[in-house]
Amino acid sequence: MILRGLSAIMYKETVQIRRDPSTRFVFLIPVIQTIIFGYAIDMDIQHIRTIVHDMDRSAESRRLVESLANTQTFDVVEEVHGDLEVHRRIVAGTARVGVIVPPDFSAKILRGEKATVQVLVDGSDSSVATNAVQTALGVGYLQALQRAGVTPETASIEVRPRVLFNPDLESSHFYVPGLIGIILQVVTVFLTAFAIVRERERGTLEQLVVTPVSKGALILGKLVPYCVIGMVQTLFVLLLMRWVFGVPVEGDVFLLLSLSALFLLPALAMGILVSTVSSNQAQAMQMGMLIMLPSILLSGFAFPRETMPGPIYLLTFLIPVTYYVQILRGIILRGAGFWALWPQTLILAVFAVVLVVASSLRFQKRIG
Amino acid sequence: MTVSPADLPPSPSSQTTISVRGLTRRFGKFTAVDSVSFDIEQGAIFGFLGPNGSGKSTVIRMLCGLLEPTAGNAVLDGIDVTRRPEAIKERIGYTSQRFSLYEDLTVDENIRFFGRIYGLSGTRLKNRREAVLALLGLGPYTPRLAGKLSGGWKQRLAVACALLHEPRILFLDEPTAGIDPVARRDLWDLLFLLSGQGTTLFVTTHYMDEAERCTKVGYIHHSKLMVCGEPETLKAMEEVTPKGMVRMEIECTHPTAMLERLRALEGVEDATLFGQAIHLLADSALAPETIRRSIESGGSECKAIRPIEPSLEDVFVMLTRRNSEG
Repeated sequence: MILRGLSAIMYKETVQIRRDPSTRFVFLIPVIQTIIFGYAIDMDIQHIRTIVHDMDRSAESRRLVESLANTQTFDVVEEVHGDLEVHRRIVAGTARVGVIVPPDFSAKILRGEKATVQVLVDGSDSSVATNAVQTALGVGYLQALQRAGVTPETASIEVRPRVLFNPDLESSHFYVPGLIGIILQVVTVFLTAFAIVRERERGTLEQLVVTPVSKGALILGKLVPYCVIGMVQTLFVLLLMRWVFGVPVEGDVFLLLSLSALFLLPALAMGILVSTVSSNQAQAMQMGMLIMLPSILLSGFAFPRETMPGPIYLLTFLIPVTYYVQILRGIILRGAGFWALWPQTLILAVFAVVLVVASSLRFQKRIG
Repeated sequence: MTVSPADLPPSPSSQTTISVRGLTRRFGKFTAVDSVSFDIEQGAIFGFLGPNGSGKSTVIRMLCGLLEPTAGNAVLDGIDVTRRPEAIKERIGYTSQRFSLYEDLTVDENIRFFGRIYGLSGTRLKNRREAVLALLGLGPYTPRLAGKLSGGWKQRLAVACALLHEPRILFLDEPTAGIDPVARRDLWDLLFLLSGQGTTLFVTTHYMDEAERCTKVGYIHHSKLMVCGEPETLKAMEEVTPKGMVRMEIECTHPTAMLERLRALEGVEDATLFGQAIHLLADSALAPETIRRSIESGGSECKAIRPIEPSLEDVFVMLTRRNSEG
């Protein structure tokens, strides 16, 4: 019988998982991760600490500073005196942006000459700096146009951006759906690798392999309980996403869960592969990290893949979670159906077959 | 259980349960087991001895189908291990050197788990569970976590789990290492009981007194099986007590001080301390009177000199020495 002993292994594994004190972390970790990525990591850059050195002190200069503050991008926290002071504060890190208005600012405007405002930006955080520079330039153009008598109504070209699916551009909408993929992968790769390596470490695998239990039952019996945990965590994060972060699932929840189950296969197979090359849990941990880091950094979960340099971009195609993150965002944010996602589904299926075959060839019911 | 000869699987002899021929295992350039051959009869207690790293565990692993031999074969209970490693597993039980059951499961959970793994269920599982619990006296411990048992009780649990499916052959890898003398004696009583019921036992040990209790012993050294046979046959081997030599035991005062003195005596091949006595291997021409005089001139009192049979330890010492010389 191919699956001889399956129910015994599954039952044993469940009892052990229930009894293991570290199991509670298995459910705590997704919650913590969801909260960190959903709340704490806010890529919407706002409220940059800004200081102003206004040497003009005119109605025009005050209007400019107000316009900058109105963008919400800049928080004018203090007025300082002297260029050197502005510089010193940026070096010390107590301000990110310094606006220096020269004494002849309003006079030049009134004379119809070009008036210059200096904006010093701390470039040590590039995304904050980019945002600050663009916003400041925008405010400058807008004020210049208004002085030239151009209003939005009279402008010859009008761009009307309309953001689909995430109109408020909240980063939790971007992170939380992808997070499901990352959490599922963490659980499956680490927990299954640990579950097998732990038996090797404690010598219980040696006892198991002298019994007539089949290889298939041994692998499957270990995987099924972790699949269940993975699916429960998926539901957990979905609920948090919906009711805490207010990200609705636009598409078919059933399709989402089915494709999640498909993603479990290559992920679990990677866990088994890790276990076959590790003789203890410390090694399994390192091997697991080796898989996890590219999955987090290169899958498009955190950073856009399109901007990655050539060879790295090609590498991202070899990461199964890349496709799963696309599926998750497609279904949850854009309401995509199966026919929109079939290429990703097909690739995941290929990964599943290749990795499952490879892992069951690697996993031998022998020792030494 | 009655078994007619026709029911027995074909094997070199209907009495032989384990038949090993030229069994060899190499790891890269290192030969861990070098062409080992032996036969073990049904119901025997086979004691397998040898220093650590000599290849004992590798032999067991090959016999249990855990490790593929590089050459040679082994037939256990009529099944060729090299061809059908999985089929052998229903017929053998195995307890490893270190405790390898689930410490986070209770005694009862471990027993039920292994019972089900071996394909037992329903009434049969219930009966076998009760049988092994009674046999090993584990009844009162069923709800306890296996990890909370003492060494001796862990060993009993391991044996219980290995006996659930009534194996024809039971492998015990150093079953008495690190357990107390009472538990050790209990375990040996159990082994004799099982042997009497027809189970073949394959036991590795470092204890010479345990080896003496076996019906057959094998001694492996530097990957080679040096010797294999019944203890009495081995002791009678010519290599152990060469022609023209005798073994004797000398009881005297200050035996430690006398040891070097006797070793220097002409005609003495070997002298070792054995408790408060000295064991001597000497030329049969060496008169006991000469030994007595030598001891007494050393300031010690010679109480008795008597001829003795070689022990298994003597057998292994002689064979190992001969092997390293040749």
